[in-house]
Formats: sequence, structure tokens, C-alpha cells
Amino acid sequence: MTAQPRGTAVRTEACPGGPVLVRGAEDVVDEQGVAHPVTRPVVALCACERSQRMPWCDSTHQAVARARRASS
Amino acid sequence: MLLPDPVGPLSRRAHALLRGAHRAPGPLELPEAGSFTEDLDAQLALWLIHQLSYRGYDDVDDDLEWSPAVVTLRRGLESAFEAELRSATRERLAVTDAGTPVEELLLAMVAVDDGPSVAAYLHRHATREHVLDYLRERSVQQLAEADAQSFMLPRLRGAAKVALAEIQYDEYGAGRADRLHQDLYARTMRGAGLDDSWGAYLPDVGATSLALANLPSMLALNRRLVPAGAGHFAVFEASSSVPSRKIAAGIERVGLGPEVAAYFDEHVEADAVHEQVAARDLCGSLVVERPELRSEVLFGAACCLHLDRLAAEELLGRWGASDDRAERAG
Ligand code: FES
Ligand SMILES: [Fe+2]
Ligand SMILES: [Fe+2]
Repeated sequence: MTAQPRGTAVRTEACPGGPVLVRGAEDVVDEQGVAHPVTRPVVALCACERSQRMPWCDSTHQAVARARRASS
Repeated sequence: MLLPDPVGPLSRRAHALLRGAHRAPGPLELPEAGSFTEDLDAQLALWLIHQLSYRGYDDVDDDLEWSPAVVTLRRGLESAFEAELRSATRERLAVTDAGTPVEELLLAMVAVDDGPSVAAYLHRHATREHVLDYLRERSVQQLAEADAQSFMLPRLRGAAKVALAEIQYDEYGAGRADRLHQDLYARTMRGAGLDDSWGAYLPDVGATSLALANLPSMLALNRRLVPAGAGHFAVFEASSSVPSRKIAAGIERVGLGPEVAAYFDEHVEADAVHEQVAARDLCGSLVVERPELRSEVLFGAACCLHLDRLAAEELLGRWGASDDRAERAG
């Protein structure tokens, strides 16, 4: 996760193999410095860098995990 | 809505009781073993009764929800449904590893599932008519989205309760009436030129579309089955984000506008969050607090995957879709 959540009471929870859940953020600032407003009580920030909806997780990480499982 | 017409002996039985008959005529005759889930008459009978616990009917006495004869019929139908699901999921559950944390296992069960994918077919091959058919079929479930799970809240405690409430708040619009997910689905239907009134397509939908609504109702309305309801919900949420993206793309491909895709678009992000919260914070906490519930959580999860497969087979079969066109790749 390179995007940074901003807010006064931000809590994060890393999900192994998946996103980072963020609660209490007002917005999330991505690498380019663009602020993305938070509109839901919990958001998932992509940590696999493969989401097509950066900075949010769109569950593309499932395909990564699936491919890893298939090749092992 | 008005009480829908019955389609066979079981739904006729339910229908008669809801019309005020004091007892059901003759002995209860259930469908042949192994066919309850895909039996339109049986699923409709159960749906008709469950509906008394949600919105009811304009022409049915609300008090019949707890009428002994109605409850007896409901229990007869639910026991048959549950017994069938227990036996249908046995194999799937036999391979679950006892050492893996339940949240990992739930997400892995979804990841390794290789059933046919309606979303993949809608994404690349479906015609506009197929897309409309899909929207009609899922309306029974999605116009009441999240309602079944609300019945689980008072039956949970602590962190599991907090997790479910957090998801439900989002499903119910997170404080904004215009973001209520059920209404997003209604808007999708209207945008596609369909009737969004409650129950409009009930007489047209297939058995498994009713089963998709009945399963979470049964798991949430029976307190004994709530751990299975939690497992079911986690898998349901974890099977939604990627498929929603494909369905949204399919909708746009057949020329239906972004207002039709909006519901699915919202679920790409929403369910990427919900799957984590449901697997980790809901099911994970539940099993940490009460490890003996683990097998029931997994049973619910397996039920969701099993029914998803049957529901996909029903629609893809109707559309004459070949297997390779409904492959779950990616
Ligand atoms: S972590 Fe989910 S898409 Fe990257
Ligand atoms: Fe939703
Ligand atoms: Fe959801």
C-alpha cells in the first residue's frame, strides 16, 4: 500500500494476501498526491498493486492468489 | 405485493394456508431426495412462507407468520432443504484443513471453486436478452439485498456483531438513502426498462433464483443456523467483487447504459471490503470466541458455493451456453 489514509482517528488492518482495511479516514492520498475521498465506513486499500481501481482494492488479488495456487 | 399463484402441490399447500385455511389438506409430500433445491414448487412454497417475515402480502393476514400450521409446513420444507444441503456439501467439506484459520479457509474455498461462472458469460458472450433475463432472475434476491442477514444481528455478540453491523450499514446506504443497495438494484432494473416493483417477476423466475433467496433466509431466521448464515454471507460477499466488474462490463457491451451497470460498479469496491470484513471480522471472531462453531460456518460457506453452481447451471443451461464460454478464468 503506497497510498496514505488521512484523518484524525485512522485505524488500519492488513489482510494477508489482500488489501489493507482502513477505518476512520477522511481521504486517501495516492502516489501522485491525488486525494480520493472516503465515502464508506470501511475502505480497502489495494496492497497488491494490481487493482484497476487504485487506490481501492477490487479483489484482483484473488486472481493473483489463484494463479499462485495453480502453479504450486 | 399480492400473494402469487402456486405452481404445484407444495406451493398450493402454502397458498391455501396463507389464504386462511386452518390446516393443510392431506400429508406433506416432499420432492424426491436430492431435488429440493432445484424444485420450483418446493422453493416457491418456502419463499411464500418466508415472505411473511419480511414484507408480507397486501392480501394476506400478517398474523399468519406464527400460525402453527404455517410454521409446521415451513419446518417440513426447511428440514428437507437443510438435509439435502448437508449431504450435497459433505464432499466439499471433507477436504477443509483443520489447521487453517477459518477466514483463510473461507477465502480459499472461493478461490479454488471451479464452477461455471454466469458473470464470465455475461461479460463476453451474453446477448442483451440474456442480461435482462439475469436482472429479472436476481431481482428476487437483490431487491431485498442484505435483509436476511439483518436477522442475524441480535443472535451474534461482540466483535462478530460489530462486523456484521458495519457491513449492513454499508449495504443500507451508509447514511444516504440514495445509496441503499436494494434501491440501486431497483434503479438498475428501471434503467434496463424492467419493472422494479417488489415481486413483479416472481412468477417467472427459476427454482434456483428462489433458492438463492430462501437459503440465507433459512440460515438467518433459525438461530441454530446463524453460524452457517455467517459462513454463507462471507462466501457470498467474496464471490461478488470480481464477478460484479465482469457483469458491469457485459452490461455496457450489450449497449445498456452506465445507469444499469451502476449497481454492479458499486459492488466491485463495496464487496472487496465486505468479503474481508465478513471472513475475518465476522466469521473469524465468531470462531475465535466459539471454536465449536467452525464446522457450521464452513457448512454455510459450502452451501453458498453449491447453490451458486446450481444457479449458474440453470441460467447457462437455459441460455444454451457452452462450458468454455462460462469459464471462471481470472
Ligand atoms: S489487494 Fe485487492 S486488488 Fe490489490
Ligand atoms: Fe450490496
Ligand atoms: Fe456486500
